[in-house]
Amino acid sequence: MASSIRVRATSNGDLTEVQTLIQHPMDTGLVKDAKGELIPAHYIQELRFAWNGKDVFVANWGTAVSKDPYVKFSFKGAQKGDELKISWTDNKGASDETTAKIA
Amino acid sequence: MTTHTGPHPTRRLILQGATCVALIGLGSLPFAPARAAANDKYPDEAFKLKNEADAIKALYGRTAEPSDKIKLDAPEIAENGGVVPISVATTLDKVTSISFFVAENPNALAASYKFPDGTIPAVANRLKMAKTSNVTAIVEADGKLYSATKEVKVTVGGCGG
Repeated sequence: MASSIRVRATSNGDLTEVQTLIQHPMDTGLVKDAKGELIPAHYIQELRFAWNGKDVFVANWGTAVSKDPYVKFSFKGAQKGDELKISWTDNKGASDETTAKIA
Repeated sequence: MTTHTGPHPTRRLILQGATCVALIGLGSLPFAPARAAANDKYPDEAFKLKNEADAIKALYGRTAEPSDKIKLDAPEIAENGGVVPISVATTLDKVTSISFFVAENPNALAASYKFPDGTIPAVANRLKMAKTSNVTAIVEADGKLYSATKEVKVTVGGCGG
């Protein structure tokens, strides 16, 4: 199965800019389906970025994060070719992870 | 070394005992609300609160003061409340976390980000907004809380119903 995580990590001197797009419904639990039944809440709670085995960025999300979430941040110290590990877990216990090479 | 002589196992037991006592000691310390933000656990309670002030208190255990060193970037008008691009950057030092609150959403806390040493204190993301509301960014820097707020007008709500 293709990963739910798409990452672009680009190094520019000492700084690495990371942009991530994740496929996830991010259901709030407040929306009704066509039959008028509530769609249960289903959302990513935690998203981690680790470089060299150390967290460089951690997101805690609620239901107000948009569907197919996007996030961008930057960190110092990494080199081109280094690997960045990205992982998420949602409120139903599902999870996914991927590794991206810094370009 | 396959054989143990007398004193060693005893000493090990005593050391183990000491470690246990130390751990129990730590466990019984009162957990201040501020610890919740500092530790690694998902702040479930804070995400469930309706009111912004309550959510900030649950997450950080104190109140924030407005700061002009925070740049909160959000549209004046969001045509689609389901996808509102919001970003924040700050020149404050020793930033450890940045959180976003949407006052008029069913639950005020939208997202909270942790910034370890070496990560630039800036983040861009996309949030849902139920209706026109103030959006507040809280920056935790050097143990203190700072805030910036901006109103975003929403023409079509993003929380369904």
